[in-house]
Amino acid sequence: MKAKHQRLTLAALAVAAVGGSSALALSALKDQAAFFYAPGDVKRDALPLGRAVRLGGMVAGGSLHRMADGVTMQFVVTDGVARVPVAFRGIAPDLFKENSGVVAEGKFNPDGSFTASNLLAKHDEKYMPPEMAGKMHETKTLVQ
Amino acid sequence: MDSRRNLAYPCHVPSLHALANPARFLAIARPLTPVLFWAGVALLLFGCWAGLTQTPPDYLQKESVRILYIHVPTAWLGMGGWSGIAVSSLVFLVWRHPLAMIAARAIALPGATFAAICLATGSIWGRPTWGTWWQWDGRLTSMLLLFFVYLGFIALVRAEDERAGFGGGGRIAALYGVAGSVLLPIIRYSVVWWNTLHQGQSIGLTKSTIDPAILWPLWFTLSGFTLFFAGIVLMRMRTILARSKAEARLRRRAHHVEVTA
Repeated sequence: MKAKHQRLTLAALAVAAVGGSSALALSALKDQAAFFYAPGDVKRDALPLGRAVRLGGMVAGGSLHRMADGVTMQFVVTDGVARVPVAFRGIAPDLFKENSGVVAEGKFNPDGSFTASNLLAKHDEKYMPPEMAGKMHETKTLVQ
Repeated sequence: MDSRRNLAYPCHVPSLHALANPARFLAIARPLTPVLFWAGVALLLFGCWAGLTQTPPDYLQKESVRILYIHVPTAWLGMGGWSGIAVSSLVFLVWRHPLAMIAARAIALPGATFAAICLATGSIWGRPTWGTWWQWDGRLTSMLLLFFVYLGFIALVRAEDERAGFGGGGRIAALYGVAGSVLLPIIRYSVVWWNTLHQGQSIGLTKSTIDPAILWPLWFTLSGFTLFFAGIVLMRMRTILARSKAEARLRRRAHHVEVTA
């Protein structure tokens, strides 16, 4: 009995130690582990210039303009805090549209705009039949 | 250490305990295995048929949403499998229960397989919806890590078998099994803690953001995959028990020859 209790205590301590250390490591990772910058992050901190980054948020309604050549487009990414104008030349995924989530890969320009080299569509966790979507679906933001 | 040679099941416990428990386990496991397996297959087939033909498409993703009936159960079982390994490892470490480590080693391979299916179906789903096969976001990366952790567990169990004889060790693998469970909350909350490409949690304990019209076949595939998984684990546990029994008998015979020679 004594030995069993000793092993139980040791196991509990080990679990607590491993859990605590990984919690510390994760909280230190917090910002580095983010997949993309939200417009609000860029407004709060300095512009991450001169390196490839990802910018994520919602494509603002009415902001999407396709150029005459068919492959160049401009739109605004917003998270409700700040807005970033984005220019992109290439083929966007099928789910890319206004009032929907997007993650753009590319670089920030010194004037605060963003030049994307690739677009990824981000959808939310709601799934529903097409006939229900119109009346009750409204995505507000996909950025935590 | 020498006393282990005389045990049918090689564990550091009183021999009566070691013999009685697997026997009692086998008496239950033998009839239960086909029941779990075939009930799982039936539920799974019905769920897949319903998910492919009886539900409406999603308003945004159209038909590609149907892969969720496979993707979600395999993700849950990939994580559930490791929960099983962690609990079994803990029971083995603390109570030295002879069946616990056998359960953990039996879970490892199907768990790894389900994690791999989850990654593969996620990748296939990601291409038409997100526009990419793979991205290093928090959810995808942590799930890939879990797959590698499974492979590590399998390798550790084999290494201990080589050192201590089949089924003889397990202490180091069990420690690893407990430590690896830190990944589970990381996978679960990766979409909450960090900005990710993967969407947030759809199905919680009390509510779901998947419309009932789309959701219902998931319960069939989920329960089907779970029973199927349990059936496979029981098969593997019985195989491991039979093999360690056979190897113990061989060892005993070798010992006998040694003594009489």
